[in-house]
Formats: sequence, C-alpha cells, structure tokens
Amino acid sequence: MQPVVTLTQNDWSLHRKGPIDLARHNAKVKDAIRGDLPAIVGEEAIITADDNKIVKVPIRSLELPHFRFRSGDEPQVGQGTGNSRPGDVIGQAPAEGGPGKGRGAGEVPGIDYYEAELTVDEIAALVFEDLGLPFLQPKSKNRLETEAVRFHDVRRNGALSNLEKRRTILENLRRNARSGEPGFRGLTNDDLRFRTWEPTIVEDNNAVIIAMRDVSGSMGEFEKYITRSFYFWMVRFLRTTYANVEIVFITHHTEAREVDEDSFFHLGESGGTRVSSAYQLALDVVHERYDPSAWNVYAFHFSDGDNWGDLDNQRCVELVHSILGVANAFGYGEIREGGPATRSTLMSAFAPIQEERFVRVGIASKEEVYPALRTFFARTPVTT
Amino acid sequence: MDQRDVADLEAGLQEIWDTAAQLGLDPYPVHFEVVPAPIMHEFGAYGLPGRFSHWTYGRAYQQLKTLYDYGLSKIYELVINTNPAYAFLVDTNSVLQNKVVVAHVLGHVDFFKHNAYFQLTNRQMLEGASVNAERIRQYEFRHGSREVESFLDAVLSIQEHVEFSVRRRSTPTAAGSRRPAPARETPYDDLFYVGSERPPEPAAAPHQVPREPERDLLLFIAEHARGLEDWQLDVVHIVRAEQLYFRPQMMTKIINEGWAAFCHARIMRAMDLSASDHLEFSRMHASVLSPSRRQLNPYYLGMKLFEDIERRWDSDKVKEVRELESDVSFLRNYLTAELVEELDLYLYERKGNEWVVVDKDWEKVRDSLTRALTNFGQPYIVVKDGDFKSNGELYLEHFFEGQELEIPYATRTLEQVFRLWGRTVHLATQLGEKSAVLSFDGREHTRK
Repeated sequence: MQPVVTLTQNDWSLHRKGPIDLARHNAKVKDAIRGDLPAIVGEEAIITADDNKIVKVPIRSLELPHFRFRSGDEPQVGQGTGNSRPGDVIGQAPAEGGPGKGRGAGEVPGIDYYEAELTVDEIAALVFEDLGLPFLQPKSKNRLETEAVRFHDVRRNGALSNLEKRRTILENLRRNARSGEPGFRGLTNDDLRFRTWEPTIVEDNNAVIIAMRDVSGSMGEFEKYITRSFYFWMVRFLRTTYANVEIVFITHHTEAREVDEDSFFHLGESGGTRVSSAYQLALDVVHERYDPSAWNVYAFHFSDGDNWGDLDNQRCVELVHSILGVANAFGYGEIREGGPATRSTLMSAFAPIQEERFVRVGIASKEEVYPALRTFFARTPVTT
Repeated sequence: MDQRDVADLEAGLQEIWDTAAQLGLDPYPVHFEVVPAPIMHEFGAYGLPGRFSHWTYGRAYQQLKTLYDYGLSKIYELVINTNPAYAFLVDTNSVLQNKVVVAHVLGHVDFFKHNAYFQLTNRQMLEGASVNAERIRQYEFRHGSREVESFLDAVLSIQEHVEFSVRRRSTPTAAGSRRPAPARETPYDDLFYVGSERPPEPAAAPHQVPREPERDLLLFIAEHARGLEDWQLDVVHIVRAEQLYFRPQMMTKIINEGWAAFCHARIMRAMDLSASDHLEFSRMHASVLSPSRRQLNPYYLGMKLFEDIERRWDSDKVKEVRELESDVSFLRNYLTAELVEELDLYLYERKGNEWVVVDKDWEKVRDSLTRALTNFGQPYIVVKDGDFKSNGELYLEHFFEGQELEIPYATRTLEQVFRLWGRTVHLATQLGEKSAVLSFDGREHTRK
C-alpha cells in the first residue's frame, strides 16, 4: 500500500529565489532614490548622522497601486480578555500626519510610502556615482596613490573561486587530443587553471582642495546650512573617492584664516564681509605649500555674495584670475534664499569672467545642493 | 531538527494520520518536507513554491524574514492545496511542535478536499505554477526582463478583479459578443418565400460589450484589449489563473484556520502524549490561539465557532458546516450573541491618539466583521463599456456601497489599466454625495 503521509528533508542551501527577487526590489529602491537625490542630499538628518546609522528614506513610487477603500474611518473588531466596556482604551495610536500612513495634513492623502532603509554610506555611494574632479592634469610629482588588484596570470594552483574556466577547458581538450581521443571529458586536477593576482599601486594625480566659507553676520541659518551641507558631501566624496587628496579649510568674514576641519563645520562668527581676504589667503597657501606644477589645485567658495563694497569686488575679480592661473578650477557658490532674481553685487562683478574653469552656481533651496555638486564635480577627461 | 528528530517525526506520522481518520477526517494524502526557516519565508511570500518571479514577492520575503529575525512572528506551517497535498515544516521546531503542525495540516487538507468552494480548484497547481514561471522566464529572455516586469506590474495591480464562482462559468462572453451564426444557405431557400417579399436581412443589432457589467477585469482585458501581444495575453491569463486558485483560500481564512485548530486540538488530545509533551503542546496551542486586542485571531474565533456548533448540534453538523460555508456565511449563520459576549468581541476606533472600544452590540460586531470580509474587503468594480464613446475606451464602474475609494490610488491604478487597455480609461465612482468619473488618457488625469 502506498503510504498516505510521507516526510523528506532535502538540502535547500542553494535555493535563492527569494533573495534574487529581493535583490531586484532593492535595485528598484536604489533607482527610486537616484530619482530623489536632490531631496535626500538636502536632508539634514543625513548629514548629521553617523556613517553606519540607518536612515529611512520614504519612497512613493515603489507601491504597486490597487483600487482600494479609503482607510482608517471604519470601526474595527478586536477581542478583549473579558468584560471590556465601551470607552476602554486598548492602545496608543501612532501620531497622525507622519510621513507614513494616514490622511493628515499633507495635500496628497493616504499614499503609503515604502520606507527604504539605507546607511549613509550607501546613500553616499549613489550620490557620488558619477562625480569626479574636473580638469584633472597629470603632474610631475605623483602622490595620489590608489591600491588596486590586478589579475594578470594563470597558475596551476589556486582557490576554486578563481577558476579560469576557459583555460581549464583548453587544457582538458589538449590532454584528450594528445591521448588520441579529442573532446571535452574527464576533467582532472591537472587540467585546472587558476587566475592569480598581484596588488599594484596605481598612481593618480595629486590634488588639493581649498574650501572657503563665508562666516560673516549676513550668513543666516539657511545660508550656513547650505554651505555645511555642500561641504559635507564634498569632503565625503573626496575622502571616499581619492585616497590622498588634501583639503585646506578657510573661513572668512572681514579677515580670513585657515582652520581645522572641525571648526570649519561648526564655527559661527559674525561681522562684515571682505571676500578678497579669503582669496588672498588661498593664493598664499598655494604659493607656500602646493606648487601648481606638482598639484592639481581646486578652490571652492560659498557665500551669500554680500560683499563689502565695489572696491573689494574688483579686487576679488583680480584674485579669481590669479587663482585660475594656479588652479585647475574655481567654484563659486552663491546662496540666495530669494533665488537668482536677487543677484549679488559680487556675482555681477564676476559676470564678465569668461572662463569655463570658473564655475558659478546659485543655490536657492536645499534641493539645489545636489545639482551644485554635479556642476562642480562634473567629471571631465584628464587634460594634458 | 537533526536526522534523529526527523526519523522520530516520521515514525509519528502514521499515528497522527490514523488518529485523524478515527476522528472522521478525510484528507488527501500529504507529503511533508522539512525546510529551513528562510525557505519557509520564501514560500510564504510567494504563496506557492516555484511561482514566477516579481519584485513584490522579494519585498514580501524580506518582510517575513525581518519579522522572524526580530522574533516578532514565525511561520509554523505552510500547506499547498493540491492532490496529493504538500506541506512544509520548519527545521527549527521541536519534534512535538511539528507533530502539532502535522495534525493542523491534516485539518487544512481535509478542508481543501471537502469544502464546496474548493471543488473546482486546480489540484495540480504546484506543477501549474512552475510551468507558468518557466513561460514568464522565457518571455523575459525574449522581450527583456524590464519589459516583462513593467507589464506584470500593471497586471498585478488589478489582479484582485477576477470573478470567482463555485460553478464554472459557461464559455466566457458566449452570450452576445459574437453574432449568431448565419442560417444555412441552400439552393432551395427561395422556395420558402414564394409569393411573398423576401424579408430583409436582420440588421446586426448594435450591441454593447459587455452585455452585462463584467466584473472579471482581467478576463475582459484578455478578450477585448487591442494591441496586446500574445505573450502579454498569456501573462494576463497566468495571473488570472493563479488568482482564481487563491480565491477560495482567501474567502475561507477564519473557517479554514478554525477547522484546522479544532482538528489539531482533537487529534493531539486523542493521542497518548507524555506529560512533558502534553505541556509543550498546551503551551503552543495557547500561544497560537491567544486573542489580540486590535485584530481578530482567526484560529481562535473559528475554533470557538466550531466548538459552539458541536455543542448546539452534533459532529455531523460540524462536518456539514465545514463543507458548505465560507467566512462570510460562517459568521453570519453561526456567530451568536452569547459567543460575542463570551469571546469579548468589540468594535473599536481611533479617538485622538488612542484606540478606544466604542460598541459591544453583537449584531454590529457581526455585521462589521462580515462587511469587512465581503468581496475580500476590496472595492467591487465592473466593466460597463468596452467601447465607450464608440472610441474603444474602457468605462469602469465602482459599485458604491458607502465606502469611498482612495483617490490617489485609484488614479495611479488607472494608469496601469491604461497600460493594458491602450486607450483612454474611465472609472465612475462616488465621492461623498456626488458621483465622479476619473479618466486617464495616457497623458493626463481628469475628474468630472
């Protein structure tokens, strides 16, 4: 008689269907985030988070839509442990109007967000995907070193994960042909070939970034936030992409001074503004420490553009020319909450400068930090 | 479970089966497979082992896995409605726990075999799902996985809108969408009209498609959408067939789980358990059946109903109920005032930031339960016209029964319907007191 109940236990360790579809889902999450980077880059929670902290990013487009009822209004059925009476409180409801569910304050009611959970590192990787240092030039003294692994040889011994299949099959065919019966069969250990590697040092072009920041009294909370946000991403980008890039931090009001990274990000000062002081200091730093023949020099400056009179603006224009003489590129970011309509006198003074290596960007909202990053770090081919 | 445990469990299977048979259960033969927990989550996410791939299943897999990893929930068992039936046991359960699960599974399989709503289900669905998955994989090779995925997105977003019936419907759309066959022509036809005017050819009556409002959106689209390629039609039919397979399970959650819990309790109590086994069983049974303040535990509610039915009638009546009822009729016919009182069921709703009990009237509780289960708690939507404005546009209508649609979802779903239909789509519904028609023409949404 056939048994009516049977039991087996098999090896499921190679079964991967769920994880494969999950990977596809995660890829869709990343696609969605790519489309949403301007908002994410401007997000304060992210730039203040630890590297490994998980950040929740709400994504709307990842919900498969269905025809469904408006939710939440209908009473529902629950079950007590006896003698419950109307008026009994059975639990705390989540606060309304959160970014998740609920028809609260928002103008788009009732859309469920999928909350993707990513670490800051993962988000950074997406932000930096196609950024690079523009106008990079090979310099005589190479100091930017990147370690790379190169597979360049085939040996008889090695780890199975490095099996060189093509060569292995070739060896098998050869051996069988030698024995007079050509064909692919009977693999033996003698046939196996493995790829091996050697660590190599790839020498890159050395670069120094001069980050300048306006800390004068006219820089309000918004301007400070944008500056911090931009430099946060810039520093992170440089540190993760280039092993050996150097960064000089300069703050200025009417006088400029070189500061360390921590004070650069946290310093709050006040007073008037003389932009030329920063440019002059930048120039001095380059002349003293970073010989342009050996270094790719990049200068960035963020300000609200409220400079101290036309005289200084003219001085700035001259200094920009001098800096461009030693630097690969100069980026000027002007933060005006009102938008481009209220262009500053400094920006107007810069207007006649015709030089593609002088990049000017106006930022009027948090969402424009990301486009600014892309403009400043648009990867261009290495020029010689 | 190590190999000795598996052998131990295997030795106990026959005893459980015999006990179940003595208690009057009549399941299909069952094959059990012991699997690691991640595999269980995967089957749980897909509903069927070997089913076609889609990113939404990947997400469901992650959610089940996360709940398990944090110790919040755990799938004890998964059973596939086929003949012979397949069931999966988790290898991290103890032997006794898995014995309880086996008893529970026999209850489910008995239910699958005997309940009226399952009589037409495809009992070879395991193979069917694999074949479907293979076909979809081939389409991915041929047309690109992104293309197939985005088409599946569209089909899956209206997958609930199929028509499930206990009786097989006669050939779809036979009534009226085709013209009547012309009368046979013979050389002697004119003899019939000697001495009289030959009657004019009956003009083809203008007919509306569909004749009757059609609630099977997937079928209607498969039969009437223009411009779908063969592989796309096949995908629509695959999704529809799998939906129809799952429908009976979705409409019998409480009664099916209740029946299985009722059975496993009977079986385990009838077996000769050691004191420690008995304690372990009691613990597991109690945790499975523990009520929840904000959700109904289907195991508990269903089991209590069956126990009550046995008390009021007899064991034959119990079997009759498991044969004839779905969740809605089960509750409507057998949930009594006394049971609602005994189980301490109540209606609750949100007040400010708290959930508060608002009513304990047994009829309101019962009606609220059955209303939430009617049509799977989903809006009832039909095709009214497949040639709206004589322009091939699709006109859908929501049967308004007091609950409004969530408009942002409706508009985004219309976009998906447009992708399938290829021409302007409309949805008539009601917003408050006013009726409204949402339309999407491929570029923009309008609301009238």
